[in-house]
Amino acid sequence: MSEFAIDAQRLARRYGRRWALADVTFRVPPGSVVMVAGRNGSGKSTLLRVLATAIRPDNGNASIFGFDLVKQREDVRRAVALLSHYSYLYESLTAKENLQVTADHLGVSRDSIPALLDQVELGPRADDAVATFSAGMRKRLSFARVLMQKPRVVLLDEPYGQLDPPGFALVDEVVSALKARGTTVLMATHQLERGAQQSDLAIFLEEGRLQWSGKAAEAPLGATR
Amino acid sequence: MIGALRKELLLQWRTRTQFMAVFIFGATALLLFSFGVGPNAEILRQFSAGFLWLGLLLSSTLTLAESFHSEMENRALEGLLLLPADPRALYYGKALANWIQLTLLGWALVPVMVVLYDAGTNRLPSLLLIIALGAAGLSAPGTLYGAMTAQIRAKQTLLPLLLFPLIVPALLSSVKATSLVILGDPMHALGSWLMLLGAFDAIYWALCGLLYGRVVED
Amino acid sequence: MDYGNNRFPRTPYILIAIGVALFLTGSYFGLFVAPPERYMGEVQRIMYVHVPTAWNALLAITFALVCAIIFLFKGEFKWDARLEASIEVGCLLAFLLCCQGAIWAKPTWGVWWDWDPRLTTTAVLLFAFLGILTLRKFVDDPVKRGVWSSVATIIAYVDVPIVYFSVRWWNSLHQLQSSPETVSSQFYIPLRVNAFAILFLMTGFIMLRARLASLRLAQEVAPPPMLAEEVGETA
Repeated sequence: MSEFAIDAQRLARRYGRRWALADVTFRVPPGSVVMVAGRNGSGKSTLLRVLATAIRPDNGNASIFGFDLVKQREDVRRAVALLSHYSYLYESLTAKENLQVTADHLGVSRDSIPALLDQVELGPRADDAVATFSAGMRKRLSFARVLMQKPRVVLLDEPYGQLDPPGFALVDEVVSALKARGTTVLMATHQLERGAQQSDLAIFLEEGRLQWSGKAAEAPLGATR
Repeated sequence: MIGALRKELLLQWRTRTQFMAVFIFGATALLLFSFGVGPNAEILRQFSAGFLWLGLLLSSTLTLAESFHSEMENRALEGLLLLPADPRALYYGKALANWIQLTLLGWALVPVMVVLYDAGTNRLPSLLLIIALGAAGLSAPGTLYGAMTAQIRAKQTLLPLLLFPLIVPALLSSVKATSLVILGDPMHALGSWLMLLGAFDAIYWALCGLLYGRVVED
Repeated sequence: MDYGNNRFPRTPYILIAIGVALFLTGSYFGLFVAPPERYMGEVQRIMYVHVPTAWNALLAITFALVCAIIFLFKGEFKWDARLEASIEVGCLLAFLLCCQGAIWAKPTWGVWWDWDPRLTTTAVLLFAFLGILTLRKFVDDPVKRGVWSSVATIIAYVDVPIVYFSVRWWNSLHQLQSSPETVSSQFYIPLRVNAFAILFLMTGFIMLRARLASLRLAQEVAPPPMLAEEVGETA
């Protein structure tokens, strides 16, 4: 049993001829909040998708609470929830129905759905089809989906993207709540100041490689673009 | 799997205009087939079973591809797999839903066939059963290949390319059984054709469920 | 690759050379030594290539199935290369089989295509595997390509006997199927020599094609350029 929430060893992933992620090694102790920073195309999303087992690593491996990313995929998936840049929502279903589908497949009760919808401030729109939602509302609903999974590790891909200022506050609130609960959070974001405030640790990626890692408070925020 | 099936049926109900569109496509196909033969009532009746199944087969490529549209537009299928949902349950949910839809489509095309080709039968329950069994033969491999081709460019071309050669036995036995029901069955051969169709269904419902996980996972 | 250690792969070329020699011998016996068949006459001589082609086509596709299963379990890319090679060679043989069948059917039955169960099954099999080869062209990711074509190969292979039986029932017009066991030794010498000839040719071709495929795959699945080479840059 590894004492790390995330233990990534030389992770690499390629798309065609390009290595989107190349040789990334880092460790995250349980309960910490980690900011993943880097420019567009630096491999942030790829890293999160690999850790969530949405895509396989082409080289290297990682473990989540000791569960092997490749060999113990089911266990990793039970421990991890990913807020992807894909919304994972069905357009023709309503907000409530989308969460019902999630609950049914998770095998949890549907009772928590109204409370979750209120938490992400979508209560009044619960019975509207997702097709009528704005990008920010979809993000909120995806957030509810993540919270429903009650994960030990949360991977957030651009949680602030497409949200309005109240949405920013909501994300901060949720992240703090997760942290208070002892959940490990990995957050890829371009909002460096805001992200660093929320985080204990930070990772900077460039062209798929680990460029800098350390305490968030010491992160070279000005040095990266 | 109940949850998966419930989701599929809800999705299909929300997109029921799609079903109407495919039905009209199938009916148009049946109309066009008769122009390939000419206004000869006797020959049309002889070919009616084959035309019904070709119409249903062509329509099936539309419904099978469409059933993965909602999974792919926001990668909802990936979202379910990461929960984690059992890929086998997801497969059987979708395959069952596709089966129900294709069966209903086939049943809806029967009156069209009867009117256009004068292909009435007094063994309606048998005919409906054959359509259900044949639709099962299309939907089991069709759902698997639909999942594959939904993930790549050129989906419209590749699905029939992969599916059509494969379902030859299902098509053959469905056509044969249907025409025995319509044209009469003096040799009592219907049973053996249904057996063949049932065997095809059993093999592919088992095999495709087993392999589906490998197709949808990265 | 276990057959690619030396730069110049000698084994496949030797196999192909043996295959050509055997094929010339077998065809000489088939065309000039063996007497014409009693009922079919000279046309029957096409059987000396037709039957060996059929055996070997089935063998190639069966080998493809084995490769597919091993690839799904082990994920080693050499099996994907072998799968691609054996499907391609199998398709070539199936295509030749269909052509030979048509050539045989025209003088015998008066039509190019007589819906013989074996021949029809071959045609279905040919289209099914051509579909798999086409699928491969559309999938850029090497792992997905390998997994999907393995899955499709298994599904298509299982279909072969079902197609055969369904077509046999469907077309129960001419059930007499001359099998090579019933003919005398003068007939089966060229048959067997040619069977081995095509076996050698096929093995040689599959080995060459698999080598080509694995060279391409090696580029696609090479490990990432490691940090070591750029230490100077980042320091």
